[in-house]
Amino acid sequence: MKAIYILCVRQLKRYVRSPARIIGSLGQPILFLVALGFGLRAMFARAGQGNYIDFLSPGIVSMAILFNAVFSGIEIIWDRQFGFLKETLVAPVSRMEIVLGRMLGGAIVAFVQGVIVLVICLIAGFRITNSPYVWLTVVFMFLISLLFAGIGTVFGSVLQDMQGFPLIINFIIMPIFFFSGALFAANGLPKALQLLLRLNPLSYGVDGLRGACSSVFAFGLATDLAVSIVLTALLLAIGSYFFSKIQL
Amino acid sequence: MGDMIVVQDLVKNYGDFCAVNHISFTVPEGKIFGFLGPNGAGKTTTIKMLTTVLDPTSGSVRVNGHDPTREQKQVRRSFGIVFQDPSLDDELTAYENMDLHGILYGVPRGERHQRIDMLVDFVGLGERKKDLVKTYSGGMKRRLEVARALLHTPRILFLDEPTIGLDPQTRNHIWGYIQQLSRDEGVTVFFTTHYMDEADRVANEVGVIDHGKIVARGSPAELKERTRCANLEDAFIALTGHAIREEEANAVDRMRIMGRAWRGGGRR
Repeated sequence: MKAIYILCVRQLKRYVRSPARIIGSLGQPILFLVALGFGLRAMFARAGQGNYIDFLSPGIVSMAILFNAVFSGIEIIWDRQFGFLKETLVAPVSRMEIVLGRMLGGAIVAFVQGVIVLVICLIAGFRITNSPYVWLTVVFMFLISLLFAGIGTVFGSVLQDMQGFPLIINFIIMPIFFFSGALFAANGLPKALQLLLRLNPLSYGVDGLRGACSSVFAFGLATDLAVSIVLTALLLAIGSYFFSKIQL
Repeated sequence: MGDMIVVQDLVKNYGDFCAVNHISFTVPEGKIFGFLGPNGAGKTTTIKMLTTVLDPTSGSVRVNGHDPTREQKQVRRSFGIVFQDPSLDDELTAYENMDLHGILYGVPRGERHQRIDMLVDFVGLGERKKDLVKTYSGGMKRRLEVARALLHTPRILFLDEPTIGLDPQTRNHIWGYIQQLSRDEGVTVFFTTHYMDEADRVANEVGVIDHGKIVARGSPAELKERTRCANLEDAFIALTGHAIREEEANAVDRMRIMGRAWRGGGRR
């Protein structure tokens, strides 16, 4: 247990000590928020869909969490390069404890980045509806954090070096973001894309988060919550499995 | 005093390639044992098997009486290790690196803090213990790694090329600490190095490995006598030949080279 705790604390210390990373990873969400949020606002309103910032903000928060959580998993590669991974792998603790500490730490970092982006969205004009589901905002944000910390851990464990990193970002993470309903709703999309959206693990987190803020759920609260919880548990298990297979 | 390390008929194959080929040796408790060999001879593979990181293809290994494959935790608690490459977290302070190590090894809080203070002083880093490790020089990092490896009072210390790339002053210091430790606390030391003068000076016994086989075993004086050489370097060459060995770089090595190019610094 202590091993989980200290490795989690380590991730948090590294995060707090790296202002460049904190600010750097805000750039992309803010760009999307400002460019799309204000750029498409008039069109969205003309189509009778209401305030685009209100629709978009949960998606932007999810995006910040997605990238930070995956990146925390990919950090395994850096730890491998700088050698710290070895130090933990020869310690008399199980790989399970090590990977749980890492994933938890990475998830908390991603969650905190999500909160910062949420605050920025509020400043930009995002309004949360007064609904009984508001507290679920935190739950969905943390589920997304854990889920993608698990996925990042899979990548970090499998990749041998950073050469594969752009591949992961461009062919897996970007599509996950674009086809999650973060930027546009599922209805009106071609059938194939609707299916893609339905199969995307992030879709349920985005919908749950949006529902928690607006009390309108596209898939239904029960579905969003159940799918997110099951997928998170599954991905944490898969991440742990791949981590346990790392050879020095 | 028994044997701290017992290796019998140890084999490691990677596909068709035999990295370690039926080797047997023992290291008596409290001795400083130098494990010498050209690049790619099987030194690091052997260390990996002794330290639970790699499972042998066949043969038996006992470290402090335990089997590294089946009794991982007991073996891991028995040894401290300084790896060939750095293994500190640069973004943490020296103290935090030590503390994290102590927690992973289950050293109780009071004892942990006391030993950290004692050990950072021992390697002359007491004044700098609150500084981030990224501000340390290569030699300071190495000394910190030695201190860290000793934190959980191991019975055996593994040192894989601990003095590579360091200036003579730092090398002397590091061997000074290690000899003192061996003398005062009876810690068994198992090290590899390419500096034959170091091995000659500090090792009680050496084993020479080449092409996965042990080709010589004895004290440095015995080896010199057997090969009729004036120094251990000549004896080593007499035993292992003049040919230069090629080693293939793995992915981590390649990335390390890339990282070095980006940072523009020297060895980390």
